[in-house]
Amino acid sequence: MQFDQSKCSVLKGFVTIKDGCAHVVPAAAVDLYFCSVSPGPCGGRLSTRTMLGRTLREVSAALKQGHITPTELCQKCLSIIKKTKFLNAYITVSEEVALKQAEESEKRYKKGHSLGDLDGIPIAVKDNFSTSGIETTCASNMLRGKGYVPPYNATVVQKLLDQGALLMGKTNLDEFAMGSGSTDGVFGPVKNPWSYSKQYREKRKQKSHCENEDSNWLITGGSSGGSAAAVSAFTCFAALGSDTGGSTRNPAAHCGLVGLKPSYGLVSRHGLIPLVNSMDVPGILTRCVDDAAIVLGVLAGHDPKDSTTIQDPVKPFVLPSLTDVSKLCIGIPKEYLTPELSSEVRSLWSKAANLFESEGAKVIEVSLPHTSYSIVCYHVLCTSEVASNMARFDGLEYGHRCDIDVSTEAMYAATRREGFNDVVRGRILSGNFFLLKENYENYFVKAQKVRRLIANDFVTVFNSGVDVLLTPTTLSEAVPYTEFIKEDNRTRSAQDDIFTQAANMAGLPAVSVPMALSNQGLPIGLQFIGRAFCDQELLTIAKWFEKQVQFPVIQLQELMDDCSSVFENEKLASVSLKQ
Amino acid sequence: MAAPMLRLCCPGRRWALACIDGCSRHRRGAPNGCTSSRRRGQSSVAQQPFITAQKPRKGEHEWAAVVGLEIHAQISSKSKLFSGSQVHFAAPPNSLVSFFDASLPGTLPVLNRRCVEAAVMTGLALNCRINKKSLFDRKHYFYADLPAGYQITQQRLPIAVNGSLVYSFCAGKNRSQVINKTARVKQIQLEQDSGKSLHDDLRSQTLIDLNRAGVGLLEVVLEPDMSCGEEAATAVRELQLILQALGTSQANMADYEIQRQINELENGGEILNETRSFDSKLGCTIPMRDKEGKQDYRFMPEPNLPPLLLYDTESLPAGADPQQVIDIDRIREQLPELPSVTREKLVQQYGMLPEHSFTLLNEVGLLEFFQNVMKETRAEPKKVTSWVLNTLLGFLKQQNLAVSESPVTPSALAELLNLLDRKAISSSAAKQVFEELWRNEGKTPAQIVSEKKLELMQDQEALEQLCHAVMEGHPQVVMDVKKGNPRAINKLIGLVRKATLSRADPTVIKEILEKKLAS
Repeated sequence: MQFDQSKCSVLKGFVTIKDGCAHVVPAAAVDLYFCSVSPGPCGGRLSTRTMLGRTLREVSAALKQGHITPTELCQKCLSIIKKTKFLNAYITVSEEVALKQAEESEKRYKKGHSLGDLDGIPIAVKDNFSTSGIETTCASNMLRGKGYVPPYNATVVQKLLDQGALLMGKTNLDEFAMGSGSTDGVFGPVKNPWSYSKQYREKRKQKSHCENEDSNWLITGGSSGGSAAAVSAFTCFAALGSDTGGSTRNPAAHCGLVGLKPSYGLVSRHGLIPLVNSMDVPGILTRCVDDAAIVLGVLAGHDPKDSTTIQDPVKPFVLPSLTDVSKLCIGIPKEYLTPELSSEVRSLWSKAANLFESEGAKVIEVSLPHTSYSIVCYHVLCTSEVASNMARFDGLEYGHRCDIDVSTEAMYAATRREGFNDVVRGRILSGNFFLLKENYENYFVKAQKVRRLIANDFVTVFNSGVDVLLTPTTLSEAVPYTEFIKEDNRTRSAQDDIFTQAANMAGLPAVSVPMALSNQGLPIGLQFIGRAFCDQELLTIAKWFEKQVQFPVIQLQELMDDCSSVFENEKLASVSLKQ
Repeated sequence: MAAPMLRLCCPGRRWALACIDGCSRHRRGAPNGCTSSRRRGQSSVAQQPFITAQKPRKGEHEWAAVVGLEIHAQISSKSKLFSGSQVHFAAPPNSLVSFFDASLPGTLPVLNRRCVEAAVMTGLALNCRINKKSLFDRKHYFYADLPAGYQITQQRLPIAVNGSLVYSFCAGKNRSQVINKTARVKQIQLEQDSGKSLHDDLRSQTLIDLNRAGVGLLEVVLEPDMSCGEEAATAVRELQLILQALGTSQANMADYEIQRQINELENGGEILNETRSFDSKLGCTIPMRDKEGKQDYRFMPEPNLPPLLLYDTESLPAGADPQQVIDIDRIREQLPELPSVTREKLVQQYGMLPEHSFTLLNEVGLLEFFQNVMKETRAEPKKVTSWVLNTLLGFLKQQNLAVSESPVTPSALAELLNLLDRKAISSSAAKQVFEELWRNEGKTPAQIVSEKKLELMQDQEALEQLCHAVMEGHPQVVMDVKKGNPRAINKLIGLVRKATLSRADPTVIKEILEKKLAS
C-alpha cells in the first residue's frame, strides 16, 4: 500500500491503511437502500424506494419504460424531505412547483416525448441561485427579510428545467456561501446525514461513548452543505452547489458524494448570486460520477448572458468506461502533504496512488511551488470581490431595509448591519481595506500576481505530461458541530479550503470522489484536478477510480425508522409496484 | 472568449419608484469629486473642468491658468452599455430598467457592440491610438442612483489614448484671424451613466429613476492644454460638433447648459492654486476633493467582463464571426466628414470667410439650412451667407429659437434671394418681405411682394418724371449739387425713393439724377 519510495519520497511515512477502515461494500448495496421496507429489485419489480438509490440513467430508463412515474418519484422525494427536515438541508421546499413539473413530465413520458435523461428527475438547487418565482435567500437576512423572489431563473436552473428536471427546493448554505461548514447561515446549520448512518452509529457504539447522540451530529462541510445533505439523504438525485474555493467539493467529501467543480467558463454563472466572480463556478453534487457527467452535459456551454463562458460549442458526451489506465500519468503534488492532514486521509491518498500505479498508471510526485501562498492570496482576492459584490445590497432596490430614515447614509449603514452576519461584514471590511488606494498594490495586485504564478504552476505540471492531479479534498472527515464551531469561520475556511481553492484560483476542473469510510465510519473523498476544459477526461478518470474503490452506500434505514412514526403507514401508500 | 459580444436584447422592465425618506440632499463623494455638474437634468453632455495653476518658476511672477476637461457624452445607442434596456429620453420613470440595471443579484454585464464602435469611431476622429486590448474596472461609491454600488468604467486601460482635439477660434480686430489650437486627448473611456435622484423637498424624500442607469457614456479626458475659459469652451464646442458629425453622441446640450458651461469656463480664468471644480448649485468653483484621497473609489478589475479585444484588417482572426469581432480599419473607412474639413470646404467652395464657416457649423442645423438655400437660389454665396448669418440668425437669436424652429424655410429664403438677385425688389423691400415671411402667414415671397406692391419700379419714364418733379420741388438742393457738394445728391435720391415708396433701385435713381443734373 506504499508508494514507490523512489518516486514519491515525500509520501514516505504514510501510514498504511488499517484493515476495516475502508468499508468497502459491494456494489449491490446501491440497490439495498431501504430494502428492508420495500421488495427491492428482486423479481424485476421496482418501487420508488429502490429507485432512490439508483443512477440517473437507471431511473431515466425506468421512467421511460413506465416502471415508475415522475409523480411517484417526486412524491417519494417530498416525503423523504419531510422526514429529514431536521437535517435542515432545505430552506425552501418547492413542493407545488415540483409536483406540477412532475405532472408535465408524466404527460411527456406518456406521449413518449421525454426531454432527456433528466426528465422527471428530482433535483435541488443551492439557495444562492436565482429561481424565478421562488424565494432566494442566500441564507441571509439581507434577502430573506423582505422575501426576495427573483424575477428570472439562473441559466443553470433554466437549463435543468428545460430538460424536465423537477425542482424540489432551495438548499441551505453559509450566508452568501461564505463558510466551509454550512453552519453560518441565518437558517441554522445543516446536519450531515452520515451522523445518522448505520455505519457511523455502529462505530460510535463500539467506542462505547455515552454521549447524547443528537448533540453530536456532524457538519456537512460547505458552503453547499444543504445540497450535499439533500443528495446524500436521497431527497433528490442531483443538486447544484456553487464552488468558489471548494464549496461543492468540501461537502461532497464530507457527505460521501461526487462533487464536481467544472472549469471556469464552462458553465454559466448568470443568476448565481456571486461570492467571487472570478472564481465562482456552479458545482454539481451527485451520488456517482456518471450522474455528475450527465448534469454537466446539460449545464455546460456558452451563455450569451455570461461573457466569461467559452464560445466553443460543447458537444454532448457519455463518459467512457476506462479499462486501461496504463497510459495515464497521475501527479501527486508534494506541497499538499501538509502537517495538518489527518493520517487517515493521508493513508487513503497513498492507497489511491498505489491503486493507480498497480493498474499500470504512471504516478509521479510533482511540485506546485506556490501552493503555500495560495490560501492567503485567495482570501485577499475573495474578500476584495466580496466587498464589491455586496455593495449592491443597500436596501433600495430589493431585500432588507431598516427603519432608520435620518439620512440615506444612515439607512445604508443600518440596513447592512442588520442584513449581513459577522462573517459577511468582516469580509466586506477586509476587502475594502485591500482595495484602498494605499493598499491596492501591496495586497490586491500582489495577490493577483501570485494567482498567476499558481495558475502557471498547474500549467507547468500539465505540460510535463501529467493528466490529472490526485490530492486530498479535505484535511479529515467531517467533525461534530460542537467541535467545528470552536474555531471561527475565517480560520475554518482557511483550513478547509486548503486543498480546493487553488483549482478556483487557476480556473481548473476538479472533482471530489468518495473513496472510503474512516475509522469512525465517515466518508473520505479524494480530489482529482484536471486540465482547463478537460472536464470530460477528468470525469473519465474519476469514474474509473470510483469503480475501483466501491464506496459504500449510506445506510439511513435507522434514521428513517427513528424519525418517522408515519413511515410504516406511508409505506403502504407509497409503495407502488409497476412493471 | 474575449471578443466583445453582442448582448441579448431583452425588453426593459418596469420598476416601481424607490423612495428614501429624509435622504440627505447633497451627494457626498460624487463620482468625480465635484458636487453635481454632471447631475444635470437633461443634457447628454456634461463636463468637469479642472482648472489648475502651474507653479511659476523661481523669479517668474506670472501665473498661467490651465484648463483640463473631462467630458461625458452620452452614446447614441438603442440600448444601454451592458444591458438590453432601451435608451430613450423622457420615458416614464423606471420604465427602461432591466434586471441588470437594477443590479439584481446574479445579473452580469454584456457589452453593447454599438457603444464600442462609437468609442472607436470617436477615438479615430480624435486621432487617438485605439487600444486593441482594453479593460473594464469597477469604481465604488455609495449613492442611491447607483444601484450596484459601483460604476463600470475603464480606469486602467481605456479603449483609446493619446489623441488630439484641434479647435480653432477667430481672433483679431474683426475676429477675422483664425487661430488653431490643439488640446491633447489623454484618453477616451467607456463607462456607465448613473440613474437620477429627484429630491422632493416637501416630503423630504428622494425618488430614484433608473432609466438612465447604465446608459453608455464616452468620457473624453482632455489634458490641461487650454489656457482660458474661452479656449475651453471652444474646444468643447468643437468636440460636440465632432460627436454630432460622427453620430456617436447627440451631444445636444441644452442652451442653458452650454451657456452655463461657457460662463463657468470663462469665469474660471482666474488663477487658483488648487484643483477646483465648478459647483452648479453654488454657482462658483469649489476646491475639488482629492480624487483618490478622501474619496477612495477602491478601483478593482471588473471580473465579469473579459478584456475587450479589437482587431484591424491584419490581426482579424480568420473565420471570425463578423458579429463577434470589431475591425478598427472598417470603422475608419466609415468615418464621416469632420467639421474642420467641412469648414475648409465652405471656404474653398464659396469663398466664405473662415469666421463665417465657424458660425455656420456652430449653430445646429444652420449649415444644412444654408446648403438648402444654396441649392435653390442663383444668388451669390456671399449674399446667401450674409442673409443666413445676419438676417436669419439675428431673428432666431432675438426670439431664442433653434434653426429647426425657424418660420422661414430655406426654400422661401431662396425665392426671396432670387427676387433680389434679378433686381425685382430692392434690398430694403427684401428685408420687409423677410419680416412678412417671419410672421409665417403661409405666403410666398412673390405673393408678399405683389400684395405689398414692393416690386422695383421698372418704368424708366415714370422714374424720370418723378426725378424731375423732385428736382423742381427742391431747387436749393439742386443748387448745392451744382456748387459741388457731392453729398447733396443723396438727399435727392432719398426724396425720389420716398416718392416711389422705396420701390425704386437707388442706383437707377442716381443714374437718372446725375444725367439730369449734368444737363
